[in-house]
Amino acid sequence: MLRFVAHRFVSMIFVLFSISVLSFLIFFATPGVDPAARIAGKNADQATLAAVRKDFGLDKPLPVRYAVMMKKLFITRDLTSYVNRGAKVIPQVTAAAPVTLSLVLGAAVIWVILSIAMGLLAAVFRGKPIDTAVMIIGLVGISMPVFWLGEVVNLLTQSRFHHSPIFSWVPPLGYTSFTSSPFGWFKSLFFPWLTLSVLYIGIYARVLRSALVEAQEEDYVRTARAKGLTETRVLLRHSLRTSLIAFVSLFGLDFGALVGGGALLTEVVFNLHGVGKLTFDSLQNLDLPVILATVIYAAFFVVVANAIVDLVYAALDPRVRRA
Amino acid sequence: MSDVFADQAPVHATGEPAIVGAGPWALAWRRLVRNRVAMVMVVVLALIVGLCLAAPLYAHHVARTDPFQSHLDATTVVNGKKVPVMQASTSGLGLGVTPIGPTWDPRHYFLGADDQGRDVAARLLYGGRNSLLIGAAAALITCILATIIGLVAGFFGGVVDGVLSRFLDVIWAFPVYLLAISLSTVLIAKGFSIGPFRLESGSLFLPIAIIGVVYIPYVARPIRGEVLSLRRREFVEAAIGLGASTWRILWSDILRNVVTTAIVFFPLMVAIDMLTEAALSFLSIGVQEPNASWGTIILDGQGLLYTRPAVALAPGIAIALTVLALNVLGDGIRDALDPRAKLRRTD
Repeated sequence: MLRFVAHRFVSMIFVLFSISVLSFLIFFATPGVDPAARIAGKNADQATLAAVRKDFGLDKPLPVRYAVMMKKLFITRDLTSYVNRGAKVIPQVTAAAPVTLSLVLGAAVIWVILSIAMGLLAAVFRGKPIDTAVMIIGLVGISMPVFWLGEVVNLLTQSRFHHSPIFSWVPPLGYTSFTSSPFGWFKSLFFPWLTLSVLYIGIYARVLRSALVEAQEEDYVRTARAKGLTETRVLLRHSLRTSLIAFVSLFGLDFGALVGGGALLTEVVFNLHGVGKLTFDSLQNLDLPVILATVIYAAFFVVVANAIVDLVYAALDPRVRRA
Repeated sequence: MSDVFADQAPVHATGEPAIVGAGPWALAWRRLVRNRVAMVMVVVLALIVGLCLAAPLYAHHVARTDPFQSHLDATTVVNGKKVPVMQASTSGLGLGVTPIGPTWDPRHYFLGADDQGRDVAARLLYGGRNSLLIGAAAALITCILATIIGLVAGFFGGVVDGVLSRFLDVIWAFPVYLLAISLSTVLIAKGFSIGPFRLESGSLFLPIAIIGVVYIPYVARPIRGEVLSLRRREFVEAAIGLGASTWRILWSDILRNVVTTAIVFFPLMVAIDMLTEAALSFLSIGVQEPNASWGTIILDGQGLLYTRPAVALAPGIAIALTVLALNVLGDGIRDALDPRAKLRRTD
């Protein structure tokens, strides 16, 4: 296990380094693009351009620039926006993080519960109309663009049926922090949670169903039946438990990816000021330092989350350690 | 591919000619054609593609409007009466204008107008061409590059594999939307030039290339794994023993066995690519004005969501329908080509 941990740690450091280099190169070394002009924003004057060149060391060789950038991001944490004059970037990212975490955590709870329920239902009634219906619902969920679904939800809850008793409790778009009002927090996030989870409910229900169907053919399931266990016990204690292994590792990846930017579209549509919305707003006025910071921070979060998932996976399943 | 002989009839002793066994491709084709749901989806897709290809016909001969110009002062006909396309707002201070809503008359603003007075139905058809083109072209790029990378990495192994696999790891770990956003932010405004190559900023090739590249690991990793196991199979060893050249082995022993994987992934990649294109266009870093795609029309409709929801609803329904058809067809193709379900969708 120790060797596996060490190996995984080294590869994590390698991937983190590569991602930082890759995003640095995209932003600072794309041929035909002047990074100073991009950082300074639209219609910047010569003085600002000169200040940007000096601040980011753009007159120095590439490796030095990379070091300057990483220092600004992680050590001095004083990366400054030029479009949004003088605003420090890193505090903005840390302030936005709780919103994104609230959104993704809630959605994750919903999608895990519903997709396990749907996957079990489909596997138990395999080949019956219920199975087909559940799988079609899952496919429809996978096929809808999430931002469009969010707009439809907004149209129904904020406009068309806002005055009907079902949706009159829905607060205007925006985020209420948990510390200021737990109930307000719940109300402001309820529909964003549902919207974000729809895609994952579809994917996870399908993955779980096929894993369950496969597990039903396994020898240990036959043995469990032969021992005279009830069908429910076989399903829940034998089939489901092994089927959840794939489910759990998938969950780690998706959770990381969502916190690291995947929830961007949902945040934009529901006007939640999380990391994704911050990236989006910076995109609108081409505030490059903010985009660079959110991209690198988010990518780092994803890589570290993946490494943790792998470790948990290895702890659960000894076969993985030897691979 | 293992049940090649399943359908083969035995040779008759009477000297009648034996029925020739069908090849794996023919068998897969037969399985696919027998799949009714998949065939319905083929028809749906053909209809959508056909309608979008007919966009200029619709715009010039039925709706008689230019969907790429704003028509703020235009008028149209509703129930035989002439009405302005941009109607004075009746709510609030009455200062703004609201575009006309759906008339359900194919000749006059069938789905209404957007905030530039442009015909939404015509833009929807033109936008569909771009969405479908980007989806298909990006998926093609992904599948071809992924096959090449997977083939080279899996077959040659060693340092080549190490470098390529680490490269795939890095792209894999990079969240797709963030990678696409980074690339788009830098490239979309000014375009891209490397040596004699030049991609203009409004070019459709930018989103195609960006989307095509970010998904390469999703296809390349399974292909590499398959090549690794194929390389140790007896028929490859036999070919090596017979003195076949490396290229011959790559071409006729390895590539022909992994090409099914790329084909299975293709429709699913088109579906994912179309959703990604819509998302990037919605974030205004995909298809650029005045060009349209289903994503940009949803963006246009966002400001009109509560007054004229049809503008945002119609392209979303178009995307969902197309992607659903592609997913179902993709499942059908996988069942046909890969009946033992070696590849399972875990994206």
